[in-house]
Amino acid sequence: MSATLHVKVWRGGADGAFQEFEVPRRESQTVLDVVTHIQRALDPTLAYRYACRVGMCGSCAMTVNGAARWTCRTHVDKVANKGELTIAPLRNLPVIRDLVTDMREFFDKWARAAGQFRGARTRADDFARVSPQSAERVQADAAIECIGCAVCYASCDVLARLPEYLGPAALNRAWTLVNDVRDAAQAERLRAVAGDAGSLSCHTHMSCTERCPKNISPTAGIAGLKRAVARAALAGEL
Amino acid sequence: MSRRLAYAHRLSGIALAVFLPVHFWVLSRALELDAFLAWTEQPAVKLAEWGLVTLLALHLAGGLRVLALEFLPWRNWAKGLAAGAAAFALAAGLAFALAL
Amino acid sequence: MSARSETLLWVAQRASAGLLALCVTVHLATILYAVQGGLTGAEILGRTRGNPAWAAFYTMFVLAAAVHAPIGLRTVLAEWFGWRGRARDFALIAFAVVLAGLGLRAVSTVFA
Repeated sequence: MSATLHVKVWRGGADGAFQEFEVPRRESQTVLDVVTHIQRALDPTLAYRYACRVGMCGSCAMTVNGAARWTCRTHVDKVANKGELTIAPLRNLPVIRDLVTDMREFFDKWARAAGQFRGARTRADDFARVSPQSAERVQADAAIECIGCAVCYASCDVLARLPEYLGPAALNRAWTLVNDVRDAAQAERLRAVAGDAGSLSCHTHMSCTERCPKNISPTAGIAGLKRAVARAALAGEL
Repeated sequence: MSRRLAYAHRLSGIALAVFLPVHFWVLSRALELDAFLAWTEQPAVKLAEWGLVTLLALHLAGGLRVLALEFLPWRNWAKGLAAGAAAFALAAGLAFALAL
Repeated sequence: MSARSETLLWVAQRASAGLLALCVTVHLATILYAVQGGLTGAEILGRTRGNPAWAAFYTMFVLAAAVHAPIGLRTVLAEWFGWRGRARDFALIAFAVVLAGLGLRAVSTVFA
């Protein structure tokens, strides 16, 4: 282990450039530790986001040596290339400044994919009973742990070509709701995830699935949406 | 791997779409087929033929990967599919090269 | 194009793909068998002429390809060349008709 890390960090907006820093190497150091060291000890004007530091909040994702990663749970050991790190903001999102991207479009797409639960019961009704072993619940369980970090979104090749594409996270969310037997807005949701910007635009490159830090397979959920949308279209319900 | 195979799938698809009308046109002139087949004995044309057969195998393998991902129940082997598809295309290309 | 039409095109793409997977496998096996020992026009036509089963098989193959190729190109044209809209779709319908026409003519020559 060399004593220092050579780190290139993106500075400025979309037309910015990389700035170089030397950061002391430490045991069990994460990429987020490196960025925090730069901001606290070398340049307090560096802008970046984080909150929980333990892989729960999904706010610290950045592009590290070319791949989107959650930086708080990414050890320098694993990603440094000959003592060098290149840290940039997430792709497929507008850069505000330095390592901070504008994530409005990312979250707006969750809404556009009908990602809200729409129940039909009232407080006067009894609880819905959903068996943990039911096929739908098992499907939803496999997709429900998303922390909204946008690593999948930044890794998606389709989005680079088709900016209006809803993206893996929003579609994964829609898939969990398609499998929610209590939800009463299924036809509307399938309409929302059909069409040009929807699930059918996925080319199954599986970059989202390979990169998801929570080991979710958005490709699997999107495939489920494709089948559901196709069934609805054939039945004339789209 | 999946990503590379997906691009190979797309490029081979475009190449086949361009080749197909020519292929049909040659076949529909069956009386001149022997003159055409004599032409195909040239090494460069042989190489191109080998390329086309390999492209067809590659496009088939890439397509089977997509169909498996989209229509079969998701399993952990899904991530290894691309490697299997690439191996199949390679094997088909090799078999044709040996048969020529 | 409406979401329903887009979806039906996707279904047609996958359905023709399933059919083509079968056809291409048979076609590749036939090629591998046929090229052994070299090709002659008489040999090819001797094998194919007056064989209704093969004629039916290749008719289905041609039609599936004529459905499959234009739908695939449609996506490529949109994503790589930014060409969307009705002009593109009419051009692709024309391509499908040409492909089917040339293909069926080839089938009728080789198998009739």
